[in-house]
Amino acid sequence: MTVAVNSSQAGEPVFYLADEHPHPEGYSTSLGFWIYLMSDCLIFAMLFAAFGVLGANYAAGPAPKDLFDLDLVAVNTSMLLLSSITYGFAMLTMQQNKVAQTQMWLAITGLFGLAFIGIELTEFAHMIHEGATPQRSAFLSAFFTLVGTHGLHVSCGLIWLVTLMVQVQKFGLIEANRRRLMCLSMFWHFLDVVWIGVFTFVYLLGVLR
Amino acid sequence: MSPDLLKLIFGRLGIESLPLHEPIVVGTFVMVALGGATLLAGLTYFRLWGYLWREWFTTVDHKRIGIMYMILGIVMLLRGFADALMMRGQQMLAFGGSEGYLNAHHYDQVFTAHGVIMIFFVAMPLVTGLMNYVVPLQIGARDVSFPFLNNFSFWMTVGGAVLVMASLFIGEFARTGWLAYPPLSNIGYSPDVGVDYYIWALQVAGVGTTLSGINLICTIVKLRCPGMTMMKMPVFTWTSLCTNILIVASFPVLTVVLALLSLDRYVGTNFFTNDFGGSPMMYVNLIWIWGHPEVYILVLPAFGIFSEVTSTFSGKRLFGYTSMVYATVVITILSYLVWLHHFFTMGSGASVNSFFGITTMIISIPTGAKMFNWLFTMYRGRIRYELPMMWTIAFMLTFVLGGMTGVLLAVPPADFVLHNSLFLIAHFHNVIIGGVVFGAFAGINYWFPKAFGFKLDVFWGKLSFWFWVVGFYLAFMPLYVLGLMGVTRRLRVFDDPSLQIWFVIAAIGAFLVFLGILSMLMQFAVSFLKREQLKDVTGDPWDARTLEWATSSPPPDYNFAFTPVVHDNDAWWDMKRRGYQRPLTGFKPIHMPSSTGTGIILAGFATAMGFGLIWYIWWLAAASFIAMLVVGIGHTFNYHRDFDIPADDVIRTEDARTKLLAGAK
Repeated sequence: MTVAVNSSQAGEPVFYLADEHPHPEGYSTSLGFWIYLMSDCLIFAMLFAAFGVLGANYAAGPAPKDLFDLDLVAVNTSMLLLSSITYGFAMLTMQQNKVAQTQMWLAITGLFGLAFIGIELTEFAHMIHEGATPQRSAFLSAFFTLVGTHGLHVSCGLIWLVTLMVQVQKFGLIEANRRRLMCLSMFWHFLDVVWIGVFTFVYLLGVLR
Repeated sequence: MSPDLLKLIFGRLGIESLPLHEPIVVGTFVMVALGGATLLAGLTYFRLWGYLWREWFTTVDHKRIGIMYMILGIVMLLRGFADALMMRGQQMLAFGGSEGYLNAHHYDQVFTAHGVIMIFFVAMPLVTGLMNYVVPLQIGARDVSFPFLNNFSFWMTVGGAVLVMASLFIGEFARTGWLAYPPLSNIGYSPDVGVDYYIWALQVAGVGTTLSGINLICTIVKLRCPGMTMMKMPVFTWTSLCTNILIVASFPVLTVVLALLSLDRYVGTNFFTNDFGGSPMMYVNLIWIWGHPEVYILVLPAFGIFSEVTSTFSGKRLFGYTSMVYATVVITILSYLVWLHHFFTMGSGASVNSFFGITTMIISIPTGAKMFNWLFTMYRGRIRYELPMMWTIAFMLTFVLGGMTGVLLAVPPADFVLHNSLFLIAHFHNVIIGGVVFGAFAGINYWFPKAFGFKLDVFWGKLSFWFWVVGFYLAFMPLYVLGLMGVTRRLRVFDDPSLQIWFVIAAIGAFLVFLGILSMLMQFAVSFLKREQLKDVTGDPWDARTLEWATSSPPPDYNFAFTPVVHDNDAWWDMKRRGYQRPLTGFKPIHMPSSTGTGIILAGFATAMGFGLIWYIWWLAAASFIAMLVVGIGHTFNYHRDFDIPADDVIRTEDARTKLLAGAK
């Protein structure tokens, strides 16, 4: 794009590129994926807004103080944060073209993600067992939907992660796979950022309320 | 079979779900079934299935996808308009103790379906189709950024349309109005499948719309040809960019609102219930945070079309290009700050209502600036009253009227009187028909020769134009009057006989619009028959100004043999003026994306999943979901998605055009 296009050497205007090169494969992908992430971010924004509106409507049911076990949530949060770090290591080893190490870090990331989902499901099961179901009050509807949507995203990320590991194993760290790993990396860190919001607004401020 | 087993297999779908007791629906079904069977038989007899599959259904060519969007929009227009005629007929007849011919159950579905279809499956496909077709050509690109995604988006939109159409014959549609406000739309008051059809049709189509928004933003940002800076983009491309930004920044909101409503309906959560702390008003707020930008999503591309048409047919550069761009951007931003004016009567208090009343009025400033820009473009221009220009002038007159009633409605105290009255109905039809529909028709008449290589017939076009414009005024001016007299929307029967005359006039207007639609279909048919006479060999039938007219009509698969280089806003005008010579040698192979059937297959499974969820056929929903996952992941294992058009093919195509151009001179 940086070619001098205003005029040829003879001063005649140039109206077309006689010698062009097609855009490289994946030329728009990172921008497109960013915009997708922003649209996903809006989904979470709406769920946060719904939680903001309904979060104190307990309908004479249990409140955050009765339900949240901050120790468990702290462990859970650390699982996700560690998974972000290990994904970062995977990207670093990818840059050095080390397939086996990349795969190892991806696998560790996946295990942390799995642990996160497992702990979250345990928490949900416990709450439902206590009678704090999504149907109990608007607060719980908003809570389960917001946290559950995040968990659903992490689960999708795990499916994606496994798919990519298979593809890296099969085709190596080729250009297309590097681009895909980069996209998943953005997705994974994005979910981390969203979780910071969940942790702060839902759990910490909830217990203070 | 035992009832339990039947329930497992068919969910709540049973023989009683078919509306056999509604003679109107049965009659429609017979007609549609006969027509559909004839069409399918014809396609089979002429062995067109393979052709359609290879060249159209699986194509990733933005031009063909654009044309398919237009066809979808026009087909759905017929359905949506049939609903309109039924309503006008009902309201004309239901006086003096008469119940009309539609029962309440049916009538409520008709007005809901009309709104949903017209916005989501007529206006959106027409606008998206035009953007898809024109934008890559205007910016000198070969295709969109993500061609496969484009195909997938289109088929998801079709999937949504299929679900809406299915509701006509299997079960019923929502009876809630087009935005399905709870608590009416919640399970307690709408236990049947109507609202579920609504939800899943919009969710399936919404995925397509969001992805196509992302796609077109990337296309415009990344794939402009050399020299085309942002401030050298054609105005239609600018308005498309803003529209797609609005799509990406608003459709996720709709997705969430409908998801929360479905959770209320399927799981029993309490987001929008009246008890257990739910808040129905939150739904109204959230859905209008999507809903208001949505109307600008529709109208901004129309503004772009009018800009292109005005400058082309006035033979002048667009007046105030920069202010046009800024006005578009300002409208884009302001469209997020006005949603509450849809429910001033909610009771937010004077301060909140004033804020939203004022922001609403402010929008008329950039819109007014645009209006003056078009007028000044025409001023001292050499105006040619071709069909696109006629639609543009009809738009300018009609839209100003609609805009003024809009400013009137933006005054909260006035809105307390006019809220949900026929005045509101008249207002938004005034701006949507006068703006979006007229814009789409201007666009169709303007770009048709580019897409098909022949112009549209003028006689039938003018007939259609006059039927539409006169019909529109006859149909909607009476509604302003009725609204001022206090008649509310969505009424089925009336007591006061003095109102009847206005409804009769409105019905006559609707019938004229019907003639306008028929004339337009005739226009397509006649133009096709007269295509040799109407042929455009130059690629530039209107002596136009932007890049899409630099290539042949219809353009080759690769759009441009060589990527153009741009020096001016009106790039093609500049090329013509400075003696551009079309290159005749030096062609090279051109890299293009390959067709794929994955998009239509995925969308098919998504539609099946929607159908399963609507009817509680859980096995179908689960199986379709898993199938989508498998097909989607399977698709990512295909790493070879492009091919090269050999240089020989390019040479052959370009030589054919050289001959054609020589013959034209």
